[in-house]
Amino acid sequence: MFESIIVLAGLGLLSALGLGIASRAFHVDTDQRIQTIAGLLPGANCGACGFPGCNGLANAIVSGNGKIEACSAVSDENRKEIARLMGMEAAETVKRVAVIHCNFPAGGVGNKFEYLGVTDCRAANLVAGGPKQCVYACIGLGTCKSVCPFDAVTMGDSGLPVIDPEKCVACGKCVEACPKKIIDLVPVSRMVQVLCSSRDKGARVKKVCSVGCINCMLCERVCPFEAIHVIDNIARIDYEKCRVCGLCLRECPTGTIANLRGWEVVAEIGESCNGCTLCARACPVDTISGTAKERHIVDPERCIGCGICVDQCKRDAVTLVKKTAAVRKAAAAGE
Amino acid sequence: MASDTIKTYRFRGGVHPPEEKLTKSIPVRTMPMPDKVFIPLSQHLGAPAKPIVSPGDRVTVGTKIADAGGFVSAPVHSSISGVVKGIVDYPHPAGRNLPAVEIEGDGTDQRDGAVKPRSNPMDLDPGQIKEIIREAGLVGMGGATFPTHVKLSPPEGKPIDTLIINGAECEPYLTADHRLMLDAPDHIVTGAELMGKILGVRRIIIAVEKNKMDAVAALKKAVLGGDTAVVALAVKYPQGAEKQLIKALLDRSVPSGGLPMDVKVVVQNVGTANAVYEAVAENRPLVSRYCSVTGPGIKNPANLVLRIGTPVSKVIEYCGGLTQDVRKVILGGPMMGIAVWDFSVPVMKGTSGILALTEEYLDENREGPCLRCGNCVRVCPMGLTPLMFARHTQLGAFDRAEEFNVMDCIECGCCAYECPAHIPLVHLAKYAKAEIQARRRKAQG
Repeated sequence: MFESIIVLAGLGLLSALGLGIASRAFHVDTDQRIQTIAGLLPGANCGACGFPGCNGLANAIVSGNGKIEACSAVSDENRKEIARLMGMEAAETVKRVAVIHCNFPAGGVGNKFEYLGVTDCRAANLVAGGPKQCVYACIGLGTCKSVCPFDAVTMGDSGLPVIDPEKCVACGKCVEACPKKIIDLVPVSRMVQVLCSSRDKGARVKKVCSVGCINCMLCERVCPFEAIHVIDNIARIDYEKCRVCGLCLRECPTGTIANLRGWEVVAEIGESCNGCTLCARACPVDTISGTAKERHIVDPERCIGCGICVDQCKRDAVTLVKKTAAVRKAAAAGE
Repeated sequence: MASDTIKTYRFRGGVHPPEEKLTKSIPVRTMPMPDKVFIPLSQHLGAPAKPIVSPGDRVTVGTKIADAGGFVSAPVHSSISGVVKGIVDYPHPAGRNLPAVEIEGDGTDQRDGAVKPRSNPMDLDPGQIKEIIREAGLVGMGGATFPTHVKLSPPEGKPIDTLIINGAECEPYLTADHRLMLDAPDHIVTGAELMGKILGVRRIIIAVEKNKMDAVAALKKAVLGGDTAVVALAVKYPQGAEKQLIKALLDRSVPSGGLPMDVKVVVQNVGTANAVYEAVAENRPLVSRYCSVTGPGIKNPANLVLRIGTPVSKVIEYCGGLTQDVRKVILGGPMMGIAVWDFSVPVMKGTSGILALTEEYLDENREGPCLRCGNCVRVCPMGLTPLMFARHTQLGAFDRAEEFNVMDCIECGCCAYECPAHIPLVHLAKYAKAEIQARRRKAQG
């Protein structure tokens, strides 16, 4: 009994000594910051940054080969924390989300044939471009859902995937996987979107889909900022120029253009207004009223928040405010 | 005759599907000239042809309407006489609309006046023959439609010692090659000799499956001597696949990722050999072909001579139409053919059959879990493990699928035919190949 305790304790001490020596002799210097930064990164290992997983990016950031902005998924807080650790400025990144540019209603696009093959859009696309009548339409077999590392995609009732803008971090996995190339990363501030990708002529689109772009050009004509153009038989929005006014959306006869943002802005005219009527004349939807040389009023219910009046005003009297606040104020003034 | 001395070998794997050669004893008929044809500009592997006619132009049978769009490409000729209506986007067997030349016939079937048969084709020099073949728009007529003149131009340092003429026709149902071998054995032999002259080979082997002994006899009669041999091969699918054919006849294995020319062989279909004869001796470009219209879903199955560009719907109509219970129409054979959903697609240079199948002939069972039975491995003629690359493909691990040599898959369909779990193994292989190729292109920039 006593002997065995001695032997085991001796063995234990001996191995401890061995391990102790080994840990000194084979010590590898690691930068503590790598672990910390890896901990601050989202940990989904989506690979969208171009490095092998979050650890790979952490390594690259510390060694100076990678930028913090390479990760589109990290939260603002963590980004700042990483910047602080590295002693550098974190550039402001534009929050983007994936948008699917196809919006057929349930049963909206018929099938050319019955597809019995592999349940994957990329495989289905090899078979005559997939079973849908519209070759540009979402095939709806959920490849974007299966590749999303953030669970941001669910399959909706109509057979189209639905992207949760809260969960989407714009990693771009679905954009890459979609064989129809109808997913796009869009700045959240530009959420007036053309939800169609068909490059077919209008007549053909009408045959197969009720909500497709028929390239009627109405949106192009109405846009005050020249931000929307019909190119290759499909309306495209230039995000640099778009002011998210939604005028195109009101004109679109097929309802192809949608407003996906959760909030709206309206114009509000301040006290410095001298009643020059420039804004009232410029307003594309006639929501500004008032007599000359007196302060004008905007009807917040009808204002679309295009901001044309803001540009017109020489006295900086017009500002854009979130609609909810303006409506509340108007209601309070009415009392 | 040399054929008696040729030893044949076995290739591994393969299956024995029911032959179902419904039309094998029906003589070929020529379908009346359609009043309108749509001749696609992409009928071959490689760059699409470039149209050289404009709306309003008068064309006769054999007028060149589009020129080759590159080296790996082939010209296209008018198959009827009439007036060019325009170059339109027209349904294509590939599944989408592609440019095609629309020609409205005038019913006269007038041939190009300048076309005169050549009396002494064998006296032409190899370069001239190759040029005639290129100009005639010849492509592989077994279905792969690779431009013939490219196959007949092996690069320097790749000597060819054997030309194999493929008359195996191992796909069930199809009998077009069989009927051609019976109708024109002498044309096939002369065509083969012309190609042999281009390649500088003396040894030509015409290979036919044993279920067509009448064709073997006809060909043997047509062979005048020299080193041309006619060989009867065991009946096994895919006996007519290039690599398997080379293995069976010469016991040579084409290396992974390689071509037959790597083992000094060129393989051409019997239909191509016949077209070579017609182009060189009769001075006729490729404007029509033998085609089997067959299957349980066709009212009157037939072997037809069809003009290129005839809409499949017209052909089906000519054969009495489809039965009520038809479920699938396939261009080509049941093992490798492509299902079509729009019957207005035109007959092309590679359309060897139009096959209509009813429900009882189709496997539409739901895919089940893999049983690890190994049937797919046993029957794979390329010695692959389909279950492994299929599983990796299902999981999106295309790099792992590549490690299991999915790129060597010839898409013959043996594995999917045998799979008791009804796993779409060939579709998965095609999918993996497409993804891997896309990734390679991306990696190259």
